[in-house]
Amino acid sequence: MARAVTQQRKIINTTAAWAVGLLIFFPILWTILTSFKTEAQAIADPPVFLAFDWTLENYGVVMERSNYGRFLWNSIIIAGGSTILGIIIAVPAAWSMAFVPSKRTKDILLWMLSTKMLPAVGVLYPIYLLFIKLGLLDTKIGLMIVLMLINLPIIVWMLYTYFKEIPGEILEAARMDGATLREEVIHILTPMAIPGIASTLLLNVILAWNEAFWTLNLTAAKAAPLTAFIASYSSPEGLFYAKLSAASTMAIAPILILGWFSQKQLVSGLTFGAVK
Amino acid sequence: MATQHSRSAARLMMAPAVILLLGWMLVPLTMTLFFSFKKYLPLRGGDLGWVGFDNYVRFVTSSAFWPSVVTTLIIVGGVLAITVVLGVLLAILLNQPMWGQGMVRILVIAPFFVMPTVSALVWKNMFMDPNYGLLAHLWKFFGATPVEWLSQASLPSIVMIVSWQWLPFATLILLTAIQSLDSEQLEAAEMDGAPALKRFGYITLPHLSRAITVVILIQTIFLLSIFAEIFVTTGGAFGTKTLSYLIFQRVLESQNVGLGSAGGVYAIILANIVAIFLMRIVGKNLDA
Repeated sequence: MARAVTQQRKIINTTAAWAVGLLIFFPILWTILTSFKTEAQAIADPPVFLAFDWTLENYGVVMERSNYGRFLWNSIIIAGGSTILGIIIAVPAAWSMAFVPSKRTKDILLWMLSTKMLPAVGVLYPIYLLFIKLGLLDTKIGLMIVLMLINLPIIVWMLYTYFKEIPGEILEAARMDGATLREEVIHILTPMAIPGIASTLLLNVILAWNEAFWTLNLTAAKAAPLTAFIASYSSPEGLFYAKLSAASTMAIAPILILGWFSQKQLVSGLTFGAVK
Repeated sequence: MATQHSRSAARLMMAPAVILLLGWMLVPLTMTLFFSFKKYLPLRGGDLGWVGFDNYVRFVTSSAFWPSVVTTLIIVGGVLAITVVLGVLLAILLNQPMWGQGMVRILVIAPFFVMPTVSALVWKNMFMDPNYGLLAHLWKFFGATPVEWLSQASLPSIVMIVSWQWLPFATLILLTAIQSLDSEQLEAAEMDGAPALKRFGYITLPHLSRAITVVILIQTIFLLSIFAEIFVTTGGAFGTKTLSYLIFQRVLESQNVGLGSAGGVYAIILANIVAIFLMRIVGKNLDA
């Protein structure tokens, strides 16, 4: 009897959860479906869900007409570059805070976090001006640096949390055996830290890929990534739903897939370890 | 056990990150402060000298200021209310035994990975367009006149779009927190005949209080500076100009840098007030 009740409850739970899940996912699903329609079918009244002539035409048009490849390339370079740059700078810092903590370590960590809270709009003009003076406006390297700096606190925090979990005894044993600092880092720490570094990398590529304040304000034609490319669809001409959908699907697909792999790290990474 | 040698090595390893962040913080901040005391119009005469606190006074007395504060409060408050309440309910639902839990979780968190410009444009055109949007079809199906969402109900529409983006974040964090709840406690309460609502109010909710606080603080910091969602939907028209959007317009659109910088200083102060509370919670957690 009790078994029957739980079974029944499980059916109700499953139905409810799937209904809500599909409802939340629906806008994404609808965008993907629309990207395979013709423009006429995309605005058909009543709307068609699956019974349309599937076509890849929109993808071809978007790629050809709008130089999609260049925006994609800019996104990859900016998101990837800023993350790698950030990791290179953050690994030594997080390493030293995790293994040679001092009285000030906690203050430094909290201070780094506080720089993340600086509202971008408050420093928009200075950055804009510096970018003009330094010739960085509308360049990939300029955006890479800015995105690296805004994500650096998260990178340091995440790495710090991961490094903290590496047992210190292993390092001491290595030191006893006469390992130098360099050997210690290369042979012991790096292999143990790679999973943590990998998930930090993943989360930060996602954050940098989707960043839409600096990428919109500091780029024009040359260095604009996908965020800016999509924004250019906000004042369209003629029929464009299917093309907008195709462009959107291409812009979000890689990150959706990466994101699903990074669910677990997302929580501790974005709450700075406050929720585990 | 750290030696003097390893200490100085450690300091050296920390230096690049600390120096970069210090520069990133101090240089623009000093410049913003500097400009905020000047009449500075790059396109109309450039630097026109010091004006004291004039910009600060003019920023808060301009007719656009109070409406922008109200808009900001409505958007931040509305999104927080929706995401926290629905987030708690969703977290409880997703924590129940069911088939395909992992798959449902993937569906629920997906919106968080959609870039802001995409979600804003998809909602604006394919859902909220008064002629071809899906919501217009739905309204017509029930015999109602389609709503011009982004002009007639602009604020609720933006709250809706932003909530859709942030609900996954709230849900995921609250789900993580709920999973650490001792299920024996709930079962014992159930055995003792405590009704579901009481079990929720006395056990689940207190357990979640810290996670809820963290969600509120982190979201507030991000929501205070939402930009792309307004930029591509209404461009600040129809009463959707938030404080940060107003500053953006002052600085880049009307190129009144002095006035915009004074606004920027207000925004920084506001964000710091929220940040202090968040840092306290995070700091406490570091000690534990």
